[in-house]
Amino acid sequence: MSPCNTGDNIMTDATGPMMAADGRPLKASLNRALRRQKLRALALIAPLLVFIMFTFIIPIGQMLFRSVENQIVSDVLPTTVAALENWDAETGQAPDEDVFYALTQDLMVAVEKKQHTRLGSRLNYEMTGISSLFRKSGRSVDDIGEVYADQFIDLDPRWGEAEFWADLMGAEGLTPDMPFEMHPDVFTTFARAAPAYAAFAATIASEDGDDPREEEPWNSVYLALYEDLKEAPKFTNAPKGIEIMSEFAPQVVDFETIDLAAEFADIDEDWVDPAVWQTIQTYAPEFTNGYFLNSIDRQKTPDGAEWRPEDEQIYLKLFWRTMLMSLAITGSCILLGYPVAWLLANLPMRTANVLMILVLLPFWTSLLVRTSAWKVLLQQQGVINDLLVWIGIVADDNRLALINNATGTVIAMTHILLPFMILPLYSVMKTIPPAYLRAAKSLGATNWTAFWRVYFPQSVPGIGAGSILVFILAIGYYITPEIVGGTKGVFISNRIAYHISSSLNWGLAAALGTILLALVLVFYWLYDRIVGIDNVKLGG
Amino acid sequence: MTKATDTAFVEFDRVQKSYDGEVLVVKDLNLSMPKGEFLTMLGPSGSGKTTCLMMLAGFETATHGDIRLDGQPINNIPPHKRGIGMVFQNYALFPHMTVAENLSFPLEVRNMGKSDRQEKVKRALDMVQMGDFGGRRPAQLSGGQQQRIALARALVFEPELVLMDEPLGALDKQLRETLQFEITKLAHDLGITVVYVTHDQTEALTMSDRVAVFDDGRIQQLAPPDELYEKPQNSFVAQFIGENNTLEGVVQDIKGETCIVKLDSGDIIDAIPVNVHTVGERTKVSIRPERVEYDKSRLSADAHTLKAEVLEFIYMGDIFRTRLRVAGTDDFVIKSRNAPDQTRLKPGEMIEIGWLAQDCRALDA
Repeated sequence: MSPCNTGDNIMTDATGPMMAADGRPLKASLNRALRRQKLRALALIAPLLVFIMFTFIIPIGQMLFRSVENQIVSDVLPTTVAALENWDAETGQAPDEDVFYALTQDLMVAVEKKQHTRLGSRLNYEMTGISSLFRKSGRSVDDIGEVYADQFIDLDPRWGEAEFWADLMGAEGLTPDMPFEMHPDVFTTFARAAPAYAAFAATIASEDGDDPREEEPWNSVYLALYEDLKEAPKFTNAPKGIEIMSEFAPQVVDFETIDLAAEFADIDEDWVDPAVWQTIQTYAPEFTNGYFLNSIDRQKTPDGAEWRPEDEQIYLKLFWRTMLMSLAITGSCILLGYPVAWLLANLPMRTANVLMILVLLPFWTSLLVRTSAWKVLLQQQGVINDLLVWIGIVADDNRLALINNATGTVIAMTHILLPFMILPLYSVMKTIPPAYLRAAKSLGATNWTAFWRVYFPQSVPGIGAGSILVFILAIGYYITPEIVGGTKGVFISNRIAYHISSSLNWGLAAALGTILLALVLVFYWLYDRIVGIDNVKLGG
Repeated sequence: MTKATDTAFVEFDRVQKSYDGEVLVVKDLNLSMPKGEFLTMLGPSGSGKTTCLMMLAGFETATHGDIRLDGQPINNIPPHKRGIGMVFQNYALFPHMTVAENLSFPLEVRNMGKSDRQEKVKRALDMVQMGDFGGRRPAQLSGGQQQRIALARALVFEPELVLMDEPLGALDKQLRETLQFEITKLAHDLGITVVYVTHDQTEALTMSDRVAVFDDGRIQQLAPPDELYEKPQNSFVAQFIGENNTLEGVVQDIKGETCIVKLDSGDIIDAIPVNVHTVGERTKVSIRPERVEYDKSRLSADAHTLKAEVLEFIYMGDIFRTRLRVAGTDDFVIKSRNAPDQTRLKPGEMIEIGWLAQDCRALDA
């Protein structure tokens, strides 16, 4: 046995763990002692943590979640979505009456809740025209079923009374001061009218604060009632309204009827277009990969994902361009920044400080001002072109297009991001003692060999840190490409901004953003594999 | 001076150096070294010794004068063509290369074939007893190991001249002593010429064939270690090298090899006139602490003696160090060997001290 083990035996029980002086396990004692420290550390970062959590992590998480979220279709058109399940888009026919019946009921509720326009906008991303279809239908859907309402009231004026309906559908023993409640059994008696009436009751209560006992039902409820009664059911197990219904049911057979599909076609021809229904069916699930497919220029079809038509493909091209241009910007930042950083690190302190201020100067100027300045400099009648024409390098009728294209974006962004390259490079170079270069030369290396084999490898962590900073900043840059990029120099972030603020397709914006984030992470990972993240030094 | 060129391997000829055009850091430096010599440049910081080394290496250019290597002026030859090995204070091992790559670097830039390189690297590593460390990175080595590698790297391309700029400055005392010995031995075995810069006089005395003591941009004395210690040419060298007692006075009489100095306290002592030439000249007299005697029986009968009061007695193990008040100064120190028959002086005791005239040197004031 080693002396070490002997020592352990003194401190430990024959079998148990190490004990503290008071007889408790040492581990527990240590944890207790450290807990206070840990709590204090946590308390110190807690404000920031909470702040970040509520202003950054949660909103971003929600935003990203929008890229797959698609509840709106099944929320607004629940029964329609259910009825559509049996419809096969392959037939090339519009769906049957059941679907249109469900649509009538869903749409009524949606119109009252003013949700149909939102749904319309949502589906419009997938098929142009659906937005106006829903808006138009919203104005007319309450007429559907009016013919039944009139006939029921003709049959018996009580059908036009709110009180009568409420008695029929309401729970027993309801007093006027109690909120309206459905009788549980009517759902079996009136398979369609009861849900329709329940939806009516709930909607007017929640939207307008109205009591169904005072409001005449919607026409869609009469439609539902007709649907229940037309098959002349035998009301055997229903507690309420049996007597009444036995009286009405036979007469309903003689009602004038309507064709729901035709009614909707009347409102808008598009309702009998299978493509519209196909879109609704495709986007019925609560979660969708549709936004992501859109982000990579594909679209959902009943047969799976498909490429969009050539002339509608923009996102992959934009992603590709964003990456290439960010790489170009990073490259030019390295080329321009390296010598400056070298000077900064090797000049005497006083001169270096002046130079450092010049490097930092752009940081103190508004980004917009700098970008606008580039606009002045780079335009065809701008300073740089004037100068080139004056020198005679460029013909006056052949001025260079330096702005509103990729060149403009690269030039302006290189200028703006240059400090992010120079500063990490400088801080790394500052730590490389000049003795290394001297040592290399004393060993026989020429200036170039000494630089390339000895100095440069040691400055690579600075290049790495600068590159990762510049590249990640560039790939998500928005304002500069927006101003100087024209159409050929914009980035994916400009498209995201467009979807956030103009087209309001937040789902697509979120999907594009998620892909961008994933790209950055992939690059980070690649970078870690190739350069090694331990090699990145941002300071000392 | 220029006549010495025939045998000189390294030669500084009237070299001056100024960084700002106003102050000369190196003033009129003349130095000539034969092949195979181990020469140390010793001096306080700012004395110009490192500047001299850097001029020799080619990292600084001389403002005036010639530097010659093996008879050829090298003023206009860039450092990488001089073929001078150099060891730096902080080793300057390339951190991104392994030890073997570091050693291979000077051979690669000389376009040496791979097998030759490997063989030379191995030999160089074995030479500094670091044969198993070729695959390591410099950061994985201790200070002493790094220093050995730096040494091997400076030697691997077989330069005839190796410069060392305070190479042991960052090491602890014991390691420093070991490496001092190793470097000296290696230099002699390989027959290389070494210029070594240090501010540590022990290092300078133990390692060198000759030591050049720098102060104020000039070489104050260039001599073998024993001569430097025992026969300092001026009071700076006497003060700078080893411990020294200084008494100030006026030359009263010069008789050939000896002179008589009247101290400011009025006491009269014997001394050798080193750089005093006229009677009445002020002088600083230098006596080494271990050459002072207080046992009268060991002094010659006609020797001048001084009265002294013991102020402090320090027991240092191998020696005793006693501080005395002599001729008006409080910091007169004597050192005596810890021998069985040695008396241990007590503070307050009054004694008489004296020395042999040849141990007492009258230097410049």
